[in-house]
Amino acid sequence: MGRVIGRWFITAVPVVLVVSMLTFILASFVPGDPARAILGASAPPEQVEALRQQLGLDQPLPQRYWDWLVAALQGDLGRSIQTRGSVATELAGRVDVTISLIGFGLIIITLVGVTLGLVSAIKGGWLGRVVDVASLAGLAVPGFWLGLVLVAAFAVAIPIFPATGFVRLSDSPGGWAASMALPVITLALTGTAGLAKQTRSSVMDELGKDYVRMLRARGVSQRRIILLHVCRNAGAPIVTVIGLLFIGLVGGAVLLETVFVLPGLGSLTVAATRAHDIPVILGVTLILSIVVVTVNLAVEISYALLNPKVRA
Amino acid sequence: MIRRLFHKPVAVVSLAWIAILIILSVLAPVIAPYGPQDQDLAHALEGPSRAHLLGSGVLGLDVLSRLLYGGRVTLVSTAISVSVYALLGVPAGLLAGYRGGLADKIILRLSEVAYAIPGTIMVLVVLAIRPGDETAAMIAVGALAAPALARVVRSATIALREELYIRAARLAGLRDWLILRRNVLPSVMGTVIVHVAIFATTAIILETGLGFLGVGTRQVTWGEMVAEASHNLGNQPWLLVPSGFVIISLVLAFGLIGDGLRDATAEGYSIRQTSRARGRGNKPARSAKPDRALPNKAAANIPPDPPPTGPETGALLALNGLTITFETNGKPVTVVENVSFTVAPGQMVGIVGESGSGKSVTVAALLGLLRGTGQVSAGTMTFAGQPFDLSQTKALAALRARRIALISQDPMSSLDPCFTIRYQLAEVIKANTPLRGTAVGERVLELLRAVRLPEPELTARSYPHQLSGGMAQRVAIALALAGEPDLILADEPTTALDVTVQAEIMDVLRSLGKAIILVTHDWGLLVDLCEKGIVMYSGQVVEEGSVERIVAQPRHPYTVGLLRSNPYFATAGQPLPAIPGVVLPPGRWPVGCHFAERCSLVRPVCSEARVALTVVRDRPGLTRCLFQDQVAAQAADQAAAMGAALGAALEIGVQGTGQAAGSQP
Repeated sequence: MGRVIGRWFITAVPVVLVVSMLTFILASFVPGDPARAILGASAPPEQVEALRQQLGLDQPLPQRYWDWLVAALQGDLGRSIQTRGSVATELAGRVDVTISLIGFGLIIITLVGVTLGLVSAIKGGWLGRVVDVASLAGLAVPGFWLGLVLVAAFAVAIPIFPATGFVRLSDSPGGWAASMALPVITLALTGTAGLAKQTRSSVMDELGKDYVRMLRARGVSQRRIILLHVCRNAGAPIVTVIGLLFIGLVGGAVLLETVFVLPGLGSLTVAATRAHDIPVILGVTLILSIVVVTVNLAVEISYALLNPKVRA
Repeated sequence: MIRRLFHKPVAVVSLAWIAILIILSVLAPVIAPYGPQDQDLAHALEGPSRAHLLGSGVLGLDVLSRLLYGGRVTLVSTAISVSVYALLGVPAGLLAGYRGGLADKIILRLSEVAYAIPGTIMVLVVLAIRPGDETAAMIAVGALAAPALARVVRSATIALREELYIRAARLAGLRDWLILRRNVLPSVMGTVIVHVAIFATTAIILETGLGFLGVGTRQVTWGEMVAEASHNLGNQPWLLVPSGFVIISLVLAFGLIGDGLRDATAEGYSIRQTSRARGRGNKPARSAKPDRALPNKAAANIPPDPPPTGPETGALLALNGLTITFETNGKPVTVVENVSFTVAPGQMVGIVGESGSGKSVTVAALLGLLRGTGQVSAGTMTFAGQPFDLSQTKALAALRARRIALISQDPMSSLDPCFTIRYQLAEVIKANTPLRGTAVGERVLELLRAVRLPEPELTARSYPHQLSGGMAQRVAIALALAGEPDLILADEPTTALDVTVQAEIMDVLRSLGKAIILVTHDWGLLVDLCEKGIVMYSGQVVEEGSVERIVAQPRHPYTVGLLRSNPYFATAGQPLPAIPGVVLPPGRWPVGCHFAERCSLVRPVCSEARVALTVVRDRPGLTRCLFQDQVAAQAADQAAAMGAALGAALEIGVQGTGQAAGSQP
């Protein structure tokens, strides 16, 4: 297990560094002067020059990256150009919204998708075809459009859920659940059938293998063969797919937070993109790349737990 | 493969739809009834009407016209992404796969990093830095996804690199880029197009997402039209329909092409699989000609052969009239025809025959474990006095492991890779015996000792991948013994193993003292281990009797040929004779003697009617030949030459295994 974590670490650190470095280098090509952008066109040149020095913009690029990185490691991600507030504080107030959206979405996708895939692999027939068609639909229907359709149906036409707006869990658990319901359902609908299809093909691959036939020959019950042996063997590729699905859901969440006006990292990123708020963008990419590599660690560990060859 | 795609109506419709959308978008300035920004304030936010065929949005902007213009942005952006994706991914993958080394390492690393980057976020980063520059954003989308494609192409290239024709081309001194372009690229093209189609779906959804967020281009886009709809959900939900339809239909078209191509690739694969399987006889051939084939019903109504030899009373197993069919293109094709034999308690019976003779299938049917579409269409079995209908697999399940155990050809793949040997043995013990608790653990070690594994404790802790082939087969035998069966079916148990290991495994099998049916194509093993032999050819038993009699006095021309072509009995310095002709695939078997086409003694009468098993004259045994006296005369010449060799072979066989086992610590 130590080796698995070690191997993950060797990939994870470069990923976080490369993403932040790439963003930083790209950001340095921003046309125009951030200091000028902050102070406005009418500010006197001396004042702009002073701010440039204060922001460290007169330093060479590697020096600036190093300073940013050292500060970031100490929890200081700079100040937002839009709000002048601390980026770290802003992110901290929003990360829970995004994580709960993706987290609950992923839980539903995993539970429903894996069950559906397993059952359709064993029973086959029409359920298999339903999974095939649904997975194509899940691929083709954009989440933001589906979200709007659900709003039109279950918030406007039949007002069961609030159309938009967010209630904090600490303010009202019921209101929080109601405000998260449609976004989570939308996110889950886009990914479930795809995972079900992957699960089905993994399970069917396993069912065709020699060891399954031999377990049968050795008098092991069908139930045990499927729930224990096939599930465990098919589990490793499914876990990998769930990991990749998570990264996809991050992108989906950005759009859904905008559709449902949720105060998460996604809507913050969109706002920062519109306002060219580079410090916020840098902060978001750093946080998200850390979240992604953490999820990858979870994937690697589950993979190793399922597959003894990796563990050894 | 691309051509096969055109036989799929869904794929053709999809391609046509993409083409139509492209043409309509190109012609937008000509055919659109309004300009993209033409206002019609009198008819704002209305449903479909004569003036506005697909309705109108805010300020009375015409939905149809805006869809036509918007398509240009989506299609061009998708084309940009897809080009970057393919132009970066394919060469990088070819390079990594073909050259290996540093290029390979770099590309693998890059793909790992790229997998971990959420694409949407990076695209937003690009747009934060280059506001409204959708081209730059879509280039980034393609570039971020390219390492994943490179990885796929790399795997396909590595597989190809080892193919003979590529190696031959390399040895012939062809330049690398020429080999890549002429030989490698066409072969990986199918995979590439599948991935390009799937990636196109991602690119379209992402592009419309950018339009929806309003961070992409300033021109009208489909995504922007969805955003417009979102502001008017309360008063005109219709607006969601046209924009949603074009986006979903375009993505679906690419998705269906990808799926269709993948299926086409898979079909190509399965056809190759089938033709390979044809040789092995597991699956019947595709080219089955029903006119020449024995009709299935007739096969079931064949008059029974005379009772098989051997001890009739007190037989452990008596198989009667087993006929097995596999389904090919919806038609049942007979692969095993009317097979009967008996096994006495503790008796070792060998079934020999070429690949495709039906011996493995016969054995599998005894436990109801036929693969795929295999089905027992007739056949009964009496096991330990209890009658069974072999077409009722449920009843046979009760026999598995406790009465009849199976050992398969490939020991490694017969074990679950995810569990320790201890776990797998304990599972089978618990499933088949009343043992529980610590007694199970003791029994595990006892079984591992019984198959002479030198370190049972260590083996018990191991996973299958930590064992050698010989050790794995011993474990498989231990698993077969776990249910304390009366009969073991050993289906070519040593084919996958080294010769020295073979002898050891045979020694273990011999020491068990159980009845064994050994399926093999190795006369050496048969002579070495079995008392009784059954020779199968094209789904029929053609000869049966004591192994000694079959080897010394064969009474079927196929047995004669099989013996003569076996290196075990060959004379040094003489070329090894082969049986002329090939085994006919199931479905093309003639009504008369199945061996007629390859037989040197063939007469017209052989092909006229079904040949029955007859009793061998003056010796116990059966043969399915009308001319056993002629066979005897032919075999006598051979026997004279072989007599000495056989005697020696029997000696060597016994001693050889004994020594090999003895030398083992």
